[in-house]
Amino acid sequence: MSAESSYYVPAQSRWPIIASIGLFMTAVGAANIINAGSANESTGMSWLVFLTGAFMMAYMLFGWFGHVISESREGLYSAQMDRSFRWGMSWFIFSEVMFFAAFFGALFYVRVLSVPWLGGEGANASTGELLWPGFEATWPLMANPNPELYPGPKALIDPWHLPLLNTVLLVASSVTVTFAHHALKEGKRNALKMWLIATIVLGCVFLFFQGEEYVEAYNDLDLTLESGIYGTTFFLLTGFHGAHVTLGTLMLIIMYFRIRKGHFDKDNHFAFEATSWYWHFVDVVWLGLFFMVYIL
Amino acid sequence: MSAVLDNPIHDEHEHHGPPKGIARWLFTTNHKDIGSMYLWFSFAMFLIGGCMALTIRAELFQPGLQLVEPEFFNQMTTMHGLIMVFGAVMPAFVGLANWLIPMMVGAPDMALPRMNNWSFWILPFAFGLLLSTLFMEGGGPNFGWTFYAPLSTTYAPDTVTYFIFGVHMMGISSIMGAINVVATILNMRAPGMTLMKMPLFVWTWLITAFLLIAVMPVLAGVVTMMLMDVHFGTSFFDAAGGGDPVLFQHVFWFFGHPEVYIMILPAFGVVSQIIPTFSRKPLFGYHSMVYAVASIAILSFIVWAHHMFTVGMPLFGELFFMYATMLIAVPTGVKVFNWVTTMFRGSLTFEAPMLFSIAFVILFTIGGFSGLMLAIAPSDFQYHDTYFVVAHFHYVLVPGAIFGIFAAVYYWLPKWCGNMYSETLAKWHFWMSFVGMNLAFFPMHFLGLAGMPRRIPDYALQFADFNSISSVGAFTFGATQLLFLYLVIQAIRSGKPATDQVWEGAEGLEWTIPSPAPYHTFSTPPEIK
Amino acid sequence: MRSRLGLGALSLLLSAFYAADVSAEYGVNMTRGVTDISHSVYDLHMTIFWICVAIGVVVFGVMFYSIFKHRKSKGAVASNFHDNTTVEILWTIVPAIILIVMAIPATTVLIDMYDTSDADVDIKITGYQWKWRYEYLGQDVNFFSSLSTPKDEIYNAAQKNENYLLEVDNALVVPINKKIRFLVTANDVIHSWWVPDFAVKRDAIPGFINESWTRINEPGIYRGQCTELCGKDHGFMPVVVRAVEQAEYDDWIIQKQEQAKAAAALAALTFTLEEQMQRGEEVYLKTCAACHQPNGAGIPPAFPALKGSDIALNDIQKHIEVVVDGIAGSAMQAYGDQLSDVDIAAVVTYERNAWGNDTGENISAADVVDYRNK
Ligand code: HEA
Ligand code: HEA
Ligand code: HEC
Ligand code: CUA
Ligand SMILES: [Cu+2]
Repeated sequence: MSAESSYYVPAQSRWPIIASIGLFMTAVGAANIINAGSANESTGMSWLVFLTGAFMMAYMLFGWFGHVISESREGLYSAQMDRSFRWGMSWFIFSEVMFFAAFFGALFYVRVLSVPWLGGEGANASTGELLWPGFEATWPLMANPNPELYPGPKALIDPWHLPLLNTVLLVASSVTVTFAHHALKEGKRNALKMWLIATIVLGCVFLFFQGEEYVEAYNDLDLTLESGIYGTTFFLLTGFHGAHVTLGTLMLIIMYFRIRKGHFDKDNHFAFEATSWYWHFVDVVWLGLFFMVYIL
Repeated sequence: MSAVLDNPIHDEHEHHGPPKGIARWLFTTNHKDIGSMYLWFSFAMFLIGGCMALTIRAELFQPGLQLVEPEFFNQMTTMHGLIMVFGAVMPAFVGLANWLIPMMVGAPDMALPRMNNWSFWILPFAFGLLLSTLFMEGGGPNFGWTFYAPLSTTYAPDTVTYFIFGVHMMGISSIMGAINVVATILNMRAPGMTLMKMPLFVWTWLITAFLLIAVMPVLAGVVTMMLMDVHFGTSFFDAAGGGDPVLFQHVFWFFGHPEVYIMILPAFGVVSQIIPTFSRKPLFGYHSMVYAVASIAILSFIVWAHHMFTVGMPLFGELFFMYATMLIAVPTGVKVFNWVTTMFRGSLTFEAPMLFSIAFVILFTIGGFSGLMLAIAPSDFQYHDTYFVVAHFHYVLVPGAIFGIFAAVYYWLPKWCGNMYSETLAKWHFWMSFVGMNLAFFPMHFLGLAGMPRRIPDYALQFADFNSISSVGAFTFGATQLLFLYLVIQAIRSGKPATDQVWEGAEGLEWTIPSPAPYHTFSTPPEIK
Repeated sequence: MRSRLGLGALSLLLSAFYAADVSAEYGVNMTRGVTDISHSVYDLHMTIFWICVAIGVVVFGVMFYSIFKHRKSKGAVASNFHDNTTVEILWTIVPAIILIVMAIPATTVLIDMYDTSDADVDIKITGYQWKWRYEYLGQDVNFFSSLSTPKDEIYNAAQKNENYLLEVDNALVVPINKKIRFLVTANDVIHSWWVPDFAVKRDAIPGFINESWTRINEPGIYRGQCTELCGKDHGFMPVVVRAVEQAEYDDWIIQKQEQAKAAAALAALTFTLEEQMQRGEEVYLKTCAACHQPNGAGIPPAFPALKGSDIALNDIQKHIEVVVDGIAGSAMQAYGDQLSDVDIAAVVTYERNAWGNDTGENISAADVVDYRNK
């Protein structure tokens, strides 16, 4: 807790305002595109706005992080600064945990409470009888209360094929990233690179299989976003997870290039550690998904 | 420009002033600048949200439809709630945190100064987006600040998409702001400043920041579910596909209830700083204050469904949420008793910060009492969605959050700008606010009990008298805030110079530095005994 | 000195609240209502209220004592105490005990409210934007109930009557001294069915049925409102219940059943265009004008104009379809089970001939039946 004599307070920076404008344009562009899509209208200039915003965000990320990296390499940061980054990253991951918690909570709620209620359980006998006669509450829900509006899926993903394989892949990647970390701490740069590449490859293969799975779901199983609450929770949970794997993989790739440039040493490699924390977090979420969404 | 900006070398020890012009504000990394921007932004939002409230009050002055159509009235109600909550109160507290936390813990700045700037600058864009929906085809959000599905999904105007992205942006801003606060408090304290020596304002903010990081992502989650239901055919909130509209409410209130404590805990902190100063006596029960705030925060995660007593939960759920909610009265009571005991056998004076703090304690407690009444599930069947609820939450929010903020501004303004405000004008501001506010919100208790539902543009004749009184009070309270604006500007421009200590009984690191506080403080950490 | 003023203002306000239960008729306090449950709720409310007042008097009493006695201007010197474990434990435990005392009656009342078993009459209540539908289960009685206050009163063009905004065309009629079970649900968004005199408030959730019950002790007319924001006319969606003796109730049921038969018989008759226009206008003003406006201009873009609208001028089948089946995912409901075939035929005819939509076409109930049978 003791403050080292000088905490680095950066000079003025243009990145935050670029980031704000970029975020704003991305959001406005995306909203316009989505609205136009729903109304079957042409998107007009919206893609331009969206892409400009996204480009600004990308530019900002490279610029801002680049700036931080050069400051760090110039030795401006103290151990205290390092701790600030650690707290920052930990709490960021906690916020991500809570984001997933919302969707897991929704899943539990529909499975344990509201779907059975629709089928007439608890104090809801009349809900089942008067509103949804003929509906049977099961989980996974194959026939929705109103099958005309929401035709249910024909079949579900078999957890013991691709998802099991994916579980193995992702757990393995958590192991390889830990090996990479150890190699870094022991100064074995080649082993570090090798394990890191292995992790990246595992991540990419995972994503590829997940893509396969989605294609199968849409083309063969009629399991879609529109197929009722099972498809809804299935795609939202696995989809957001997939998005996080993608982000994690990108972070790992960036780490790889930084390592090739000779960044990081035994004691000073927080960016790498943060990435591996993130990777472990993504892995843990997957384990939750594998059990809650696929198996049970 | 970039030549200057890209230069990462920065001499800490030279106490140079801020750069000039707009660039100072756009690019700043200084916690004081950012704090000021947050405070001004929040005040602007308070005026905008207040004007919406006045539109509501003007329409409700008499029965019948006079000024606005129901469609627009609903937009006003919704936007008023959203703007006050997310635009006025939350940014004001973040502004105070920015100004005060580094000074109180003896840090040179916030832990992550650049991210700090980003947290702020997202806000004007987010609220720009939100406000612009009022001028779009179909009008702004009209489904209440609680935006219950399916009114906010299947039946919403198209602009709901902008609303959703606006909420996402506010969420990003709040989460980053909160992470910064936590990192600053946990990592930037001067040597000797142990956790249990921290000023209570810092403690309350630490816990508030934790709440923010825990629940803002849940809000992001629920608006994302809405987005999917509106545009991508999912059925989270549609029973036809196996979902449940009530699921929305559970997820929303899991965020929403902690959110209301986010809007009060920092005010608790402020009052806990001010009352000891003007009682010239140490805060009574420092430790129990800390534990009380922590208990309130923890309990706040398991009471959310007290907003949903009438949705038809099973009896067991109903009872659980009733008991849990009632429990919150215990730690809150501890705080109230501690404040009162701090005043007991003190040597009291009544400058503006103290007046606002005393009013805070009294009126917040009244709001707390009505909260406790609402927590009694069977009675809530009569209160729910009536003006009794509106009365409850304005009592905890206006003399609670808003008076807390006023108290803080009066208390620390001399430290910020180096000048005293005019005590006479401040007393006027207090008394006019006090009277106006009670006139506006007290009759709402009666209206609610007599059966007036909330969120209606027109009402039955028996509600006419109290509504007129309430409107008069609202306009009085509103107009008084212009006085506040005037007196703050007057103090900054031409107030009498303040001493470093400012208040006779004040204690804490921020009073050891000059007034106005130099642009950079505590570049070398102070020693704490 | 100024604080004394504050105290004055405050005690004034508080005493207004104390006066609450004395002057209940002036509308400052919760109604006691007309059911055993509503009485229990009222008593609970008052108990909690007085406990809060008592705590308030003690807490604010100590506070004002300090404000008067311990002010610096009176030469008070600050003491320096800042901890006292005994009192701190005491003021944690005492409130906890008070809360337990409150929780006990609250729990009993709640358990009572939740007991919907053994009802004598079952009524299904469905919320629509912006009206209620009442179905007497097993009785073949089924009707809509919507606001009957004229627009002129709302827009201040006419004197407001005593029951302004709390009056409907068809009140719910129920027998007294019988256990009546309400099955509450909604057709579009969430509404909430509230009658203060019964202490019954239940959210109407689309897709789910919530149960609630009442047993009314006294005959009378009881008024309430929708209490969940449900869109534009949320404020114009009252509930009116007429509680009558059993015999009167039985008569009313029979009368309702006969009306239904008579309405069905109408479908066999044919009407002239004028007759159709007249009936159609009535239906239109009552049912459709809230959104599409009396002059057919709508409130674009939320509610489209029917004047000059493509559908109203051209494809008849499509027009009937829109009215009977509604437009999925929009505020345009399916009116097929809300209006009789005769009324649908009339309103479609009206829309195709009013406001300059001069198609001259006369749609008959048979056309609607044909569409339905398709
Ligand atoms: C700052 C914001 C804030 C705060 C602090 C609170 C505090 C409390 N609130 Fe409030 N509340 C809101 C903001 C807030 N609320 C808002 C915005 C809404 C409406 C949302 C919407 O629908 O739009 C709402 C709605 C709301 C409801 C839902 C009502 C309904 O819709 O039907 C309920 C129900 O239980 C409730 C309860 C409480 C309770 C028990 C407390 C407690 O924390 C109060 C505790 C304090 C005290 C009790 C006083 C001091 C204690 C003592 C002196 C000790 C001794 C006392 C006893 C033993 C009784 N609140
Ligand atoms: C912190 C939050 C906060 C604050 C500070 C306020 C402040 C005020 N609110 Fe509040 N309000 C909410 C949060 C807040 N509100 C929420 C969450 C809701 C629920 C929304 C929903 O149902 O979805 C609500 C709902 C709500 C309603 C119910 C609406 C309905 O149900 O339809 C009403 C009605 O009177 C009201 C009134 C007021 C008034 C008069 C003020 C006043 O205190 C405002 C005073 C400020 C000003 C007036 C601005 C300053 C002055 C000027 C700009 C100068 C111009 C003025 C003059 C010349 C007179 N509010
Ligand atoms: C709650 C509001 C509401 C009420 C009441 C209502 N409508 Fe509509 N109506 C709508 C909306 C909204 C649409 C547009 C739906 C869409 O296109 O998405 C619509 C569309 C229509 C259309 C098609 C118009 C066009 O050109 O697209 C017709 C015809 C129509 N309504 C007739 C009626 C009739 C007849 C009634 C009364 C029996 C009625 N409506 C009552 C909201 C309402
Ligand atoms: Cu129906 Cu409000
Ligand atoms: Cu709450």
